[in-house]
Amino acid sequence: MIDTLFFYLFALMTLGGGVLTITRRSAVHSAIWLIVSLAGAAGLYLLQKAEFLFAVQIILYVGGIVLLFLFVIMLVNLDQAARERQFNRQWWLALASALGVGGLIFYFLRAGSGSLQLAAAPVPSPVLEGNTERLADVLFSQYLLPFEVASILLLVAVVGSVIMARKRV
Amino acid sequence: MFHPITTVHYLVLSAALLLVGTIGVLARRNIVIILMSIELILNAVNINLIAFSHYFQQVTGQIFAIFVITVAVAEAAVGLGILIALFQNKETVLADEVDLLKW
Repeated sequence: MIDTLFFYLFALMTLGGGVLTITRRSAVHSAIWLIVSLAGAAGLYLLQKAEFLFAVQIILYVGGIVLLFLFVIMLVNLDQAARERQFNRQWWLALASALGVGGLIFYFLRAGSGSLQLAAAPVPSPVLEGNTERLADVLFSQYLLPFEVASILLLVAVVGSVIMARKRV
Repeated sequence: MFHPITTVHYLVLSAALLLVGTIGVLARRNIVIILMSIELILNAVNINLIAFSHYFQQVTGQIFAIFVITVAVAEAAVGLGILIALFQNKETVLADEVDLLKW
Protein backbone atom coordinates (compact mmCIF):
# COMPACT_ATOMS: atom_id res chain seq x y z
CA MET A 1 0.00 0.00 0.00
CA ILE A 2 2.60 2.55 1.07
CA ASP A 3 5.03 0.91 -1.39
CA THR A 4 2.55 1.48 -4.20
CA LEU A 5 2.16 5.13 -3.24
CA PHE A 6 5.92 5.68 -3.16
CA PHE A 7 6.39 3.81 -6.45
CA TYR A 8 3.99 6.16 -8.22
CA LEU A 9 5.57 9.19 -6.55
CA PHE A 10 9.10 8.20 -7.63
CA ALA A 11 7.88 7.14 -11.08
CA LEU A 12 6.28 10.56 -11.51
CA MET A 13 9.52 12.24 -10.41
CA THR A 14 11.61 10.13 -12.79
CA LEU A 15 9.41 10.48 -15.85
CA GLY A 16 8.29 14.08 -15.26
CA GLY A 17 11.86 15.14 -14.57
CA GLY A 18 12.99 13.35 -17.72
CA VAL A 19 10.38 14.99 -19.92
CA LEU A 20 11.15 18.42 -18.49
CA THR A 21 14.89 17.78 -18.96
CA ILE A 22 14.53 17.32 -22.68
CA THR A 23 12.02 20.14 -23.22
CA ARG A 24 13.45 23.11 -21.27
CA ARG A 25 15.06 25.92 -23.23
CA SER A 26 17.71 26.80 -20.64
CA ALA A 27 20.38 24.16 -20.04
CA VAL A 28 20.57 25.07 -16.34
CA HIS A 29 16.85 24.32 -15.91
CA SER A 30 17.43 21.03 -17.74
CA ALA A 31 20.20 20.14 -15.29
CA ILE A 32 17.94 20.90 -12.32
CA TRP A 33 15.18 18.68 -13.71
CA LEU A 34 17.79 16.01 -14.41
CA ILE A 35 18.55 16.07 -10.66
CA VAL A 36 14.83 15.48 -9.94
CA SER A 37 14.75 12.59 -12.40
CA LEU A 38 17.90 10.97 -10.98
CA ALA A 39 16.60 11.38 -7.42
CA GLY A 40 13.37 9.64 -8.44
CA ALA A 41 15.40 6.76 -9.87
CA ALA A 42 17.36 6.64 -6.60
CA GLY A 43 14.06 6.33 -4.70
CA LEU A 44 13.11 3.43 -6.96
CA TYR A 45 16.39 1.69 -6.08
CA LEU A 46 15.59 2.15 -2.39
CA LEU A 47 12.13 0.65 -2.91
CA GLN A 48 13.80 -2.46 -4.36
CA LYS A 49 16.20 -2.80 -1.44
CA ALA A 50 19.30 -1.72 -3.37
CA GLU A 51 20.53 0.61 -0.64
CA PHE A 52 24.12 0.78 -1.86
CA LEU A 53 23.07 1.83 -5.34
CA PHE A 54 20.73 4.41 -3.80
CA ALA A 55 23.70 6.04 -2.09
CA VAL A 56 25.87 5.70 -5.21
CA GLN A 57 23.14 7.25 -7.35
CA ILE A 58 22.81 10.30 -5.09
CA ILE A 59 26.54 10.82 -4.48
CA LEU A 60 27.83 10.01 -7.95
CA TYR A 61 25.07 11.18 -10.27
CA VAL A 62 23.67 14.17 -8.42
CA GLY A 63 26.92 15.09 -6.73
CA GLY A 64 29.26 14.24 -9.58
CA ILE A 65 27.78 14.11 -13.06
CA VAL A 66 25.21 16.91 -12.73
CA LEU A 67 27.87 19.08 -11.09
CA LEU A 68 30.13 18.36 -14.08
CA PHE A 69 27.29 19.40 -16.39
CA LEU A 70 26.79 22.63 -14.45
CA PHE A 71 30.52 23.39 -14.63
CA VAL A 72 30.53 22.91 -18.39
CA ILE A 73 27.38 25.05 -18.75
CA MET A 74 29.30 27.73 -16.87
CA LEU A 75 32.39 27.39 -19.09
CA VAL A 76 30.52 27.30 -22.39
CA ASN A 77 28.46 30.26 -23.49
CA LEU A 78 24.92 28.94 -23.99
CA ASP A 79 23.06 32.26 -24.34
CA GLN A 80 23.24 32.16 -28.12
CA ALA A 81 21.98 28.56 -28.22
CA ALA A 82 19.08 29.34 -25.86
CA ARG A 83 17.75 31.99 -28.24
CA GLU A 84 17.67 29.70 -31.27
CA ARG A 85 15.44 26.83 -32.30
CA GLN A 86 15.64 24.05 -29.69
CA PHE A 87 14.64 21.07 -31.82
CA ASN A 88 16.16 20.08 -35.13
CA ARG A 89 14.21 19.77 -38.34
CA GLN A 90 13.69 16.01 -38.09
CA TRP A 91 12.08 16.15 -34.63
CA TRP A 92 8.81 14.69 -35.88
CA LEU A 93 10.74 11.74 -37.37
CA ALA A 94 12.51 11.24 -34.02
CA LEU A 95 9.18 11.35 -32.17
CA ALA A 96 7.52 8.95 -34.61
CA SER A 97 10.36 6.41 -34.55
CA ALA A 98 10.63 6.56 -30.73
CA LEU A 99 6.88 6.04 -30.40
CA GLY A 100 7.09 3.14 -32.85
CA VAL A 101 9.86 1.48 -30.85
CA GLY A 102 7.87 2.20 -27.68
CA GLY A 103 4.80 0.50 -29.14
CA LEU A 104 6.92 -2.55 -29.96
CA ILE A 105 8.45 -2.67 -26.45
CA PHE A 106 5.06 -2.37 -24.76
CA TYR A 107 3.57 -4.97 -27.08
CA PHE A 108 6.32 -7.46 -26.25
CA LEU A 109 6.08 -6.66 -22.54
CA ARG A 110 2.35 -7.34 -22.69
CA ALA A 111 2.80 -10.51 -24.68
CA GLY A 112 5.76 -11.82 -22.68
CA SER A 113 4.84 -10.92 -19.12
CA GLY A 114 2.45 -13.87 -18.81
CA SER A 115 4.78 -16.53 -20.15
CA LEU A 116 7.73 -15.32 -18.09
CA GLN A 117 5.54 -15.14 -14.99
CA LEU A 118 6.99 -11.73 -14.26
CA ALA A 119 3.68 -10.55 -12.88
CA ALA A 120 4.06 -12.79 -9.85
CA ALA A 121 5.25 -11.08 -6.72
CA PRO A 122 8.92 -11.80 -5.90
CA VAL A 123 9.57 -14.19 -3.06
CA PRO A 124 11.62 -12.51 -0.34
CA SER A 125 14.48 -14.75 0.69
CA PRO A 126 15.80 -14.56 4.24
CA VAL A 127 18.92 -12.45 3.88
CA LEU A 128 20.89 -11.94 7.05
CA GLU A 129 23.69 -9.70 5.79
CA GLY A 130 23.24 -6.24 4.35
CA ASN A 131 23.08 -5.20 0.71
CA THR A 132 26.55 -3.63 0.65
CA GLU A 133 28.22 -6.73 2.08
CA ARG A 134 26.55 -9.00 -0.47
CA LEU A 135 27.53 -6.66 -3.31
CA ALA A 136 31.13 -6.49 -2.12
CA ASP A 137 31.35 -10.28 -1.78
CA VAL A 138 30.17 -10.85 -5.34
CA LEU A 139 32.05 -7.89 -6.83
CA PHE A 140 35.43 -8.72 -5.35
CA SER A 141 35.29 -12.47 -5.97
CA GLN A 142 33.19 -13.29 -9.00
CA TYR A 143 33.55 -10.00 -10.91
CA LEU A 144 37.10 -8.99 -9.94
CA LEU A 145 38.42 -8.84 -13.52
CA PRO A 146 35.59 -6.60 -14.83
CA PHE A 147 36.13 -4.42 -11.78
CA GLU A 148 39.80 -3.92 -12.68
CA VAL A 149 38.93 -3.31 -16.33
CA ALA A 150 36.48 -0.63 -15.16
CA SER A 151 39.30 1.09 -13.30
CA ILE A 152 41.38 1.12 -16.50
CA LEU A 153 38.37 2.60 -18.33
CA LEU A 154 38.14 5.38 -15.75
CA LEU A 155 41.88 6.09 -16.07
CA VAL A 156 41.60 6.32 -19.86
CA ALA A 157 38.56 8.59 -19.52
CA VAL A 158 40.37 10.92 -17.11
CA VAL A 159 43.44 11.20 -19.35
CA GLY A 160 41.29 11.55 -22.47
CA SER A 161 39.07 14.30 -21.09
CA VAL A 162 42.09 16.29 -19.83
CA ILE A 163 43.71 16.08 -23.27
CA MET A 164 40.43 16.99 -25.01
CA ALA A 165 39.82 20.08 -22.88
CA ARG A 166 43.38 21.44 -23.20
CA LYS A 167 43.83 24.86 -24.79
CA ARG A 168 45.54 23.63 -27.97
CA VAL A 169 44.23 20.32 -29.23
CA MET B 1 -6.23 1.79 -7.48
CA PHE B 2 -3.67 0.25 -5.14
CA HIS B 3 -2.45 -2.85 -6.92
CA PRO B 4 0.78 -4.32 -5.62
CA ILE B 5 3.78 -3.19 -7.62
CA THR B 6 5.27 -5.93 -9.79
CA THR B 7 8.40 -6.17 -11.89
CA VAL B 8 6.35 -5.33 -14.96
CA HIS B 9 5.62 -1.88 -13.51
CA TYR B 10 9.34 -1.20 -13.29
CA LEU B 11 9.92 -2.52 -16.82
CA VAL B 12 7.21 -0.25 -18.24
CA LEU B 13 8.63 2.75 -16.36
CA SER B 14 12.13 1.95 -17.58
CA ALA B 15 10.95 1.60 -21.19
CA ALA B 16 9.16 4.96 -20.94
CA LEU B 17 12.27 6.66 -19.55
CA LEU B 18 14.35 5.07 -22.33
CA LEU B 19 11.99 6.54 -24.92
CA VAL B 20 12.11 9.99 -23.31
CA GLY B 21 15.91 9.84 -23.45
CA THR B 22 15.88 8.63 -27.06
CA ILE B 23 13.62 11.49 -28.13
CA GLY B 24 15.98 13.90 -26.37
CA VAL B 25 19.03 12.50 -28.17
CA LEU B 26 17.35 12.50 -31.58
CA ALA B 27 15.43 15.78 -31.48
CA ARG B 28 17.39 18.33 -29.44
CA ARG B 29 20.04 20.58 -30.97
CA ASN B 30 21.94 21.54 -27.82
CA ILE B 31 24.80 19.07 -27.23
CA VAL B 32 24.70 19.56 -23.42
CA ILE B 33 21.08 18.38 -23.36
CA ILE B 34 21.89 15.49 -25.71
CA LEU B 35 24.47 14.31 -23.15
CA MET B 36 21.86 14.67 -20.37
CA SER B 37 19.47 12.52 -22.43
CA ILE B 38 22.16 9.83 -22.65
CA GLU B 39 22.29 9.86 -18.85
CA LEU B 40 18.51 9.35 -18.82
CA ILE B 41 18.88 6.33 -21.14
CA LEU B 42 21.57 4.78 -18.92
CA ASN B 43 19.33 5.35 -15.88
CA ALA B 44 16.51 3.52 -17.60
CA VAL B 45 18.86 0.56 -18.10
CA ASN B 46 19.79 0.68 -14.41
CA ILE B 47 16.15 0.65 -13.30
CA ASN B 48 15.64 -2.42 -15.48
CA LEU B 49 18.70 -4.20 -14.09
CA ILE B 50 17.73 -3.52 -10.48
CA ALA B 51 14.15 -4.59 -11.08
CA PHE B 52 15.38 -7.98 -12.31
CA SER B 53 17.94 -8.13 -9.50
CA HIS B 54 15.10 -7.71 -7.00
CA TYR B 55 12.91 -10.19 -8.85
CA PHE B 56 15.49 -12.96 -8.93
CA GLN B 57 16.82 -12.06 -5.46
CA GLN B 58 20.40 -11.94 -6.78
CA VAL B 59 22.87 -9.08 -6.60
CA THR B 60 24.31 -9.69 -10.07
CA GLY B 61 21.99 -7.09 -11.58
CA GLN B 62 23.20 -4.51 -9.08
CA ILE B 63 26.83 -5.32 -9.98
CA PHE B 64 26.00 -4.65 -13.62
CA ALA B 65 24.30 -1.42 -12.60
CA ILE B 66 27.57 -0.36 -10.94
CA PHE B 67 29.43 -1.01 -14.20
CA VAL B 68 26.80 0.93 -16.15
CA ILE B 69 27.27 3.86 -13.77
CA THR B 70 31.06 3.64 -14.30
CA VAL B 71 30.62 3.78 -18.06
CA ALA B 72 28.15 6.69 -17.66
CA VAL B 73 30.69 8.67 -15.66
CA ALA B 74 33.45 8.02 -18.20
CA GLU B 75 31.12 8.92 -21.06
CA ALA B 76 30.03 12.18 -19.42
CA ALA B 77 33.62 13.22 -18.68
CA VAL B 78 34.89 12.51 -22.20
CA GLY B 79 31.76 13.94 -23.84
CA LEU B 80 31.97 17.19 -21.94
CA GLY B 81 35.71 17.40 -22.70
CA ILE B 82 34.93 17.03 -26.41
CA LEU B 83 32.22 19.68 -26.04
CA ILE B 84 34.69 22.17 -24.55
CA ALA B 85 37.21 21.47 -27.32
CA LEU B 86 34.44 21.92 -29.89
CA PHE B 87 33.36 25.22 -28.37
CA GLN B 88 36.95 26.50 -28.43
CA ASN B 89 37.26 25.67 -32.11
CA LYS B 90 33.82 26.39 -33.58
CA GLU B 91 32.03 28.64 -31.03
CA THR B 92 28.86 26.58 -31.19
CA VAL B 93 27.07 23.97 -29.04
CA LEU B 94 24.39 23.10 -31.59
CA ALA B 95 24.74 19.59 -32.97
CA ASP B 96 23.45 20.36 -36.47
CA GLU B 97 25.93 23.19 -36.99
CA VAL B 98 28.81 20.73 -36.70
CA ASP B 99 28.58 19.43 -40.27
CA LEU B 100 32.18 19.15 -41.48
CA LEU B 101 31.65 15.53 -42.51
CA LYS B 102 28.37 16.25 -44.30
CA TRP B 103 28.34 16.75 -48.08
